[in-house]
Amino acid sequence: MSLDIKRHPALVTAHYSALIFLALVCVAPIAVMFATSLKLQTQIFNTGVNFFFTPTLQNYREVLGEGSFTRYLTNSLIVGVASTVITLVLGCMAAYGLARFRFFGRKTVAYTSLLLRTVPLAVLAVPVFMIWGQAGMINSLWGLILLYVAVNLPFAIWLLYGFILQVPIELEEAASIDGCGPIKVFWKVVLPLIKPGIAAASIFTFRIAWNEFILALVLTDRATRTLPVAASLYITDIGVDWGKIMALGSLIAIPPLIFTFIAARQIITGLTAGAVKG
Amino acid sequence: MRTSSWVPLLYVGPAVALMAVACLYPLLSALQLGFYDWSMGTPWGEAKWVGLDAFVAAFSDEAVWRSLKTTLMFAAVCVVSEMMLGIALALALEGQVRGMAFFRTLFILPMMIAPIAVGLVWRYLFDAQFGLLNAIIGLAGAAPVGWLAQEGTAFAAIIIADIWQWTPFVFIMMIAALANVDGAVLEAARVDGANWWQSTFLVKLPMIANVIVITLLMRLVDAFRVLEVIYILTFGGPGDSTEILSLHIYKTAFVGQRLGSAAAISVLLLVVVALLSWFALRLSNPLKEEERS
Repeated sequence: MSLDIKRHPALVTAHYSALIFLALVCVAPIAVMFATSLKLQTQIFNTGVNFFFTPTLQNYREVLGEGSFTRYLTNSLIVGVASTVITLVLGCMAAYGLARFRFFGRKTVAYTSLLLRTVPLAVLAVPVFMIWGQAGMINSLWGLILLYVAVNLPFAIWLLYGFILQVPIELEEAASIDGCGPIKVFWKVVLPLIKPGIAAASIFTFRIAWNEFILALVLTDRATRTLPVAASLYITDIGVDWGKIMALGSLIAIPPLIFTFIAARQIITGLTAGAVKG
Repeated sequence: MRTSSWVPLLYVGPAVALMAVACLYPLLSALQLGFYDWSMGTPWGEAKWVGLDAFVAAFSDEAVWRSLKTTLMFAAVCVVSEMMLGIALALALEGQVRGMAFFRTLFILPMMIAPIAVGLVWRYLFDAQFGLLNAIIGLAGAAPVGWLAQEGTAFAAIIIADIWQWTPFVFIMMIAALANVDGAVLEAARVDGANWWQSTFLVKLPMIANVIVITLLMRLVDAFRVLEVIYILTFGGPGDSTEILSLHIYKTAFVGQRLGSAAAISVLLLVVVALLSWFALRLSNPLKEEERS
């Protein structure tokens, strides 16, 4: 009976209403951020609910007009892209090695990398600040990239490992009998089959590298600042410059929003990987 | 399975080396740093060996214990609410409906945008002067409340932000798990006369129990890693009512400039997280399957 009840029009309506309500709850705060970024400071300080206001791009003009914006954007892009590419290359290699070879220390590597995934970044920030400082890597983009690669590798390896296990080894053996070297086997046989995993791993890595704030705050200076750190500077002792900070926050949110809309399926694969066999 | 002594090293070596340099080595250094009194900006050679002093000081510091208590409370309330909400919503809304893919896309948005943006938006919504929340209760004639200026409501605020951000994760995990439940089993339960209550609590939920546990542990571990949202939303205040351990470590190191103490407290947090992860690994181990086969 339960199946018939499910198709009852009233229940279908209730089902959709609930989904729409939840979607609104998820989206509304983000919409508030965009809306606030289009308001002038006087409109923001206007108490009361005002859904209708004349939108202005003034905040964006001011944020983009500050000469350093381009520099911060470039820093963020370099850090985001370099971290993602390096994590993916090293992650694929390591996942492949763990999935296809039995060797001494294999389990130690696998377990340790799983444990590293759980380290709170605040714990890492303290010693890294000291070590990078001595090594002269502080205030350099590469110091930050190295760290982002290291904190993202465990998840990337873990995710890709699951995908590589699904690739039938017979395919690889056939290819290598046909005269393909190991690199060609990986490139031509394995890689096309684990594309969804690669997509998920790159989105998650990029998301962290692009959004991350605490390590970037500690490890960068005026020249190497990333966008989240730049945004935090609009919070001062005398208050928050809401219009500008929301404008910058909205700009920072753009790439993750784009990824979410074009690759939601891969993101969900990444979220549920390991726990739910899909 | 191919075996060779040095070939695997070529594949695994670079990633391992990098994680060792940028993750493992710093963590071990944190342990070492805990034994030294070192101020920022001075050469490491001038650091003074203080033995267990920093650890003793950390463990006898009331602020540390208060912060640990805040952390545990925060993690417990967040994770329990998120699990219950997520499971309840998944049970109510499972089943194929048209457009579910689109709704799922909207549900993952809170997880994808920058934590700093999440913190900002909620700080704005909770603002005493012009926040939307006060505007709404103002419509009902209530006086504005300084949500982030009072200990109880500030603590509630950081929890609400976390619930907003992460309940969708639990929901998506549960929807995926429920979709994998064998329909034949549910059909059999129905034929045997099980009502909705029985088929939910005695059949469905036990069948997805392992996913529930894994999700719970993933959320728990992540709840101990939360820092950025709270940094922006309250920066630990008012007083230290929302100062979770991560934030306490950050403040000790970079506001108070006491890196040794920060390192010592870090060890405490690491132990808590390591225990949890060890527990998680025992329950859900991605390497376990192949060992069985």
